[in-house]
Amino acid sequence: MSSEWPLWEVFIRGQHGLNHRHVGSLHAPDAEMAIRHARDVYTRRNEGVSIWVVKSGDIAASSPSEKGPLFDPSNDKVYRHPTFYDIPDEVGHM
Amino acid sequence: MYAQMVKTDGKGVKAPEDMTPEERHFQARIDAGEKIEPKEWMPEAYRQNLIRQIGQHAHSEIVGQLPEGNWITRAPTLERKAILLAKVQDEAGHGLYLYCAAETLGVSRDELTEALLSGKMKYSSIFNYPTLSWADMGAVGWLVDGAAIMNQVPLQRTSFGPYSRAMIRICKEESFHQRQGYDIMMKMARGTPEQREMAQDALNRFWYPSLMMFGPSDKDSVHSAQSMAWKIKINTNDELRQKFVDQTVPQAEYLGLTVPDPDLKWNEEKGGYDFSEPDWSEFFAVLKGNGPCNRDRLEARQEAWEEGRWFRDGLVAHARKAEARRVGVGVAAE
Repeated sequence: MSSEWPLWEVFIRGQHGLNHRHVGSLHAPDAEMAIRHARDVYTRRNEGVSIWVVKSGDIAASSPSEKGPLFDPSNDKVYRHPTFYDIPDEVGHM
Repeated sequence: MYAQMVKTDGKGVKAPEDMTPEERHFQARIDAGEKIEPKEWMPEAYRQNLIRQIGQHAHSEIVGQLPEGNWITRAPTLERKAILLAKVQDEAGHGLYLYCAAETLGVSRDELTEALLSGKMKYSSIFNYPTLSWADMGAVGWLVDGAAIMNQVPLQRTSFGPYSRAMIRICKEESFHQRQGYDIMMKMARGTPEQREMAQDALNRFWYPSLMMFGPSDKDSVHSAQSMAWKIKINTNDELRQKFVDQTVPQAEYLGLTVPDPDLKWNEEKGGYDFSEPDWSEFFAVLKGNGPCNRDRLEARQEAWEEGRWFRDGLVAHARKAEARRVGVGVAAE
């Protein structure tokens, strides 16, 4: 029996209460080993306080060719940004 | 360097008018400094070239553990042993980051491993030299990791996203490697006359092999021109080698050691050192498999792969059993 270990994506939460962030991937036979490997490969210098792993095959991703239809619609909605509105100086910080 | 003499299809850089619209768009994105991500369109030659380059780089990290692993059990103090262990563990990690980057291009980990073990893919020539004394641990960290950093820092800006991200992570960890090596050299150079002699001997043996790491002069190479247009190579081999010499010579002087090159001389006009070229026939011989340690290195990797097989398979069997049990319990509960 020779079968390659499946690929896992690794997410680490850093020290300061930020979101788990994707840091890379690794091969492991199961979730438990994936977490152990992730500890050794991605947190050798106190990079994290929590690890998530998920099988790469279980991730659904948007495709590069959809970039336009997916993301263009937000381009012309400048009114979603605070800088769109002029507030007089007299009003003070808002 | 860690990836030496990576061949492209050899046709040189295409002129824009010879490119397909897709190729033109691709090149324009690279010229604009955009990152190329795995699922996006890329020329087949770009993909193949990157697999070879990143694969070779990954293999170098893994094989690079061997010359240093040689001294773990014989480190002179517990502290030095812990440091060396941490460094060698880092190299394993660097290999893994790079293998993962290569895999995003559609090659599997097992294919890469098998290409290394069969000798089909290369690793850096430098790891085919033996580490004969403890001072070599100093020289390897100082010179070999120093040369590697010289190459890897610009590669953080490479056009392929996963490769660039792996390089950023590696560079962050790499400077500890060079500094611990220089620290060993300082200790030896200030030690007894015998220790000084060992330090000088290590520098003598590793100087030219370190210069070879950058590969032969690539002024006229079509491979380099294409790789540079694609931004998977940022500087020429000669630029990096010059930079390395200019940086390293003062460090050797500080140690009171002599660079083994009688023709080494500061050139005021170019603002850098003139130095002797390494023996390129030796370089090609080592690359072909005829260096002092090529056979040992490959045998060590093959042995590790073969003797670890039962363990890898055991873990897979355990994972499958546990999965089957979980599914079985789920069914029974319904």
